[in-house]
Amino acid sequence: MIRLENVTKRYPGGQEALSGLDLSVDKGEMVFITGHSGAGKSTLLRLIALIERPTGGQVIVDNQNTSRVKRRKIPAYRRQMGMVFQDHKLLYDRPVFDNVALPLIIAGVSRRDAGRRVRAALDQVSLLHKEKRSPETLSAGEQQRVGIARAIVTRPKLLIADEPTGNLDPELSLEVMRIFRRFNEVGVTLLIASHDISLIDRLGCRRIALEEGRLQQEIDPWQ
Amino acid sequence: MAMTRNADAVAPVRSSGPVSIWVTGHASTAIGSLGRLARQPFASLMIILVIAVTLALPAAINLVVKNASSVSDSWDNALDFSVFLKRQVSLSEAEALARLIGQRADIETVELISAEDALAEFKRQSGFAEALDQLPDNPLPHTLLVRPSVGNTSASLILLQEEIGNLPESDFVQVDTEWVQRFHAILDIVRQAISIGAALLAVAIVVIIANTIRLDIENRREEIEVTKLIGATNAFVRRPFLWTGFWYGLLGGLTALALVHYGLFMLEGPVAKLSGLYQSNIAVVSLDLREGAVIIGIGVFLGLFASWFTAARHMRRIEPR
Repeated sequence: MIRLENVTKRYPGGQEALSGLDLSVDKGEMVFITGHSGAGKSTLLRLIALIERPTGGQVIVDNQNTSRVKRRKIPAYRRQMGMVFQDHKLLYDRPVFDNVALPLIIAGVSRRDAGRRVRAALDQVSLLHKEKRSPETLSAGEQQRVGIARAIVTRPKLLIADEPTGNLDPELSLEVMRIFRRFNEVGVTLLIASHDISLIDRLGCRRIALEEGRLQQEIDPWQ
Repeated sequence: MAMTRNADAVAPVRSSGPVSIWVTGHASTAIGSLGRLARQPFASLMIILVIAVTLALPAAINLVVKNASSVSDSWDNALDFSVFLKRQVSLSEAEALARLIGQRADIETVELISAEDALAEFKRQSGFAEALDQLPDNPLPHTLLVRPSVGNTSASLILLQEEIGNLPESDFVQVDTEWVQRFHAILDIVRQAISIGAALLAVAIVVIIANTIRLDIENRREEIEVTKLIGATNAFVRRPFLWTGFWYGLLGGLTALALVHYGLFMLEGPVAKLSGLYQSNIAVVSLDLREGAVIIGIGVFLGLFASWFTAARHMRRIEPR
């Protein structure tokens, strides 16, 4: 699903966020990327989401070489994946329902048709009863679940998440991870950046550790 | 490829045709943008008012010119002219001639101004009374003031003037159209000035709307970034701003019409009074349907142009970080 070949990302200051990184994530896998802040976790996800382009190497997502995705095609490229962010990135001027419906509206689904799928997505994160609320009135954990509902409402095959539990207490973090686990069980590929190693170990997923932009360690509980 | 994959993801939901999606998408964005303006009523009203005044100004001046030229057009038809008689024509001959001409059907009245009366009036008005007293005899001729009847066309008027000018007693005929021509020339200049002024004001409207939209975009920068991050195209994020520009233009145009009509309403009384003084019926010509549509159309066009121009420029710049 995701393949990085000798990927380097150098910022204008000369600082290298990623140095010759190779990694691959298979279809249907749930993989964690760990490492200290500055290890290159976020940069990796940004390259996959085409927020940035690599300085060298290839990033291949679902058989598409991202270097061949033209600027004009980036929106359509992004629409095939779901993204979850540490700071949720919700729109606070509209209710939960509208936030979750946004990817469908962008994809051109009519509001009426969107309703059923928005409710299905909210149901999966147990927030069905809060669709009319403003995100501001929700707790951090609930806001993160709204963000997850928005990421999965278009039923993407790939979900990437950058520190999705960064602002949550252990209990809420586990709850979020369980939700991710359920998506993985129905075939969604997940790539999650996190520094919460104890939590990851409890889930028994493959873990890729980065350090200074290089692969430091790869732990696969199944091997 | 990406598109088909996306269509797959959406496939389980039966979606309507692309055109109806486009229409409903725009309709909800349009209402959303209007709602956004309504949530800041004071700020929106100020901008709409500025646009309205800027649109109303050239429209109102144009209307004044239109009224002035319609009034002056009506003057062309019933035009008095003066017939200066030859010096040797005596007063009694002049009186006889005046009676004779006055009987014609195409002439309403003839007024005789004798040389003595003319001199007396000239002395009174010019202030040269003493100098004129020095003259051995009266240099002025007898004059007939002819008012043609209303039924005359401009062609028959010229014929009439020629015919009377050819009478053995007449020296020459002076038609008082020169000032009307000058008046028309002035109106032409004013019209030109309006076009130039209107073009400058149009630039002002574009700048006002563009600046407002730019601030709006800056305020919603985060929203734009997030929306782009989850796959929105530039066209999608631009849409609400285009509608905002459209509403500014439309509401500005409508308000401009209201302002012009209010102005006309205020002028109705004074014009009726003036009309009464001149014993004519000068009716104020209002904006017709086409002119009203043109004002609103210009407003909408400028609004759309300004917002499109601004949004296109800024949308490319704002990318997720």
